[in-house]
Amino acid sequence: MAWEMSSDRPIYTQIYDKILVRIVCGIYRAGSRLPSVRDLAAEASVNPNTMQRAFTELERSGLIVTLRNSGRVVTEDMQMIDNAKRQLALAQIGSFFANMRELGYTDQEIMALINSVISEK
Amino acid sequence: MNNNNENPMAAQQDNSASVYPQQNSNPVPLTQQEGGSAYPQQTVSPSSYPQQESSAPLYTQKESGSAYTQQDQMYGGESVSAIPLLQLNDLCKRYPGMGSYMSVFHMNLIIPRGRIIGLLGPNGCGKSTLIKMINGLLTPTCGNVLINGLNPCAATKKVISYLPERTYLDNSMKVSQMVGYFADFYEDFSTEKAFQMLGALGINTEARLKTLSKGTKEKVQLILVMSRHADLYILDEPIAGVDPAARDYILRTIITNYNPGSTILLSTHLISDIENILDDVIFMKNGSLMLYTSVDAIRSQMGKSVDTYFREVYAC
Repeated sequence: MAWEMSSDRPIYTQIYDKILVRIVCGIYRAGSRLPSVRDLAAEASVNPNTMQRAFTELERSGLIVTLRNSGRVVTEDMQMIDNAKRQLALAQIGSFFANMRELGYTDQEIMALINSVISEK
Repeated sequence: MNNNNENPMAAQQDNSASVYPQQNSNPVPLTQQEGGSAYPQQTVSPSSYPQQESSAPLYTQKESGSAYTQQDQMYGGESVSAIPLLQLNDLCKRYPGMGSYMSVFHMNLIIPRGRIIGLLGPNGCGKSTLIKMINGLLTPTCGNVLINGLNPCAATKKVISYLPERTYLDNSMKVSQMVGYFADFYEDFSTEKAFQMLGALGINTEARLKTLSKGTKEKVQLILVMSRHADLYILDEPIAGVDPAARDYILRTIITNYNPGSTILLSTHLISDIENILDDVIFMKNGSLMLYTSVDAIRSQMGKSVDTYFREVYAC
């Protein structure tokens, strides 16, 4: 099953984000080994060079580490992963607020609406 | 016809006007064009194909070092010493009876190893003509094609696996016989790989080719071509007649069988289907090279997919 890609951004950045989400939500657990570039490229239906590029970026950010003998593993630095998680959450909230403001809501109205949705549950 | 006649010439003049001075102002085009702004510049007019005589200092083997320059813009510091997999030098093709119209017009291009490259352009822009010249099926009117430094010959056919635009298989043969035929013909053919792919697509290997549907025949042909272990795969419209599910399988097959030393050059109109597997794209227009860049560059600099970009560039 090919991964859904949007058309307006480079593919490797989208793969980066998707792998990041998998790390953050624990599909790829801290310290565990990642699938090979080739396997993941086949899964995502993207060019292996593109997948490689996404991995390189992840390595640069420190979230994945290349070990000499056992391939690529997810970092064991939980703080780094939590940090990445927080960044993703902030980005979500940011775009949520942007969308809501576009609809004409003020921040107070948004908060009130959120609280009422939560209390209905 | 008349229109066509003039366009390449117009493009050429455009080019000498806009590119020439730039190039001359700096003896090392590499550094000049390195920046991120190189791509948008190139896309403004179909003038980006290299015509300039300005000598590229890095590459002196041929008259105009422009092809190397062109490639260098795209990839930066690739090694100069290695012989390129495929190189086109000032390649032209004029068919008899077509007046002065050039189907392929002064193409200069260097294609490196290890890339998957889409050859894109509207109907009749010279894609198949170019491909046929690379395969030695047509003789260039001027210029030449070098594959691993050689003109098309028996030795280059050994390293190129070519899927033509039309079927050429013997209709009376069985699929399994065809596999044997290919195995006899090409040293680098893997019978095992072929049967594995035929099995995965559910193709009856005992069926005769004439009993197969058009799409199935195309699948068989593509499988035969992809079962070779070649340096360069040239696929002319490989997935046009194939259903979407099989298309996914074929693209996955290309990705998984792809070896890092090989290059795949494929022409197609189904850009959105193949966009994710491409490294680079070559845009052709009226027989000329219009743009040769990476998919990521188009996406990050234009903020749109290659498919969308194509539709804008070639809008009718």
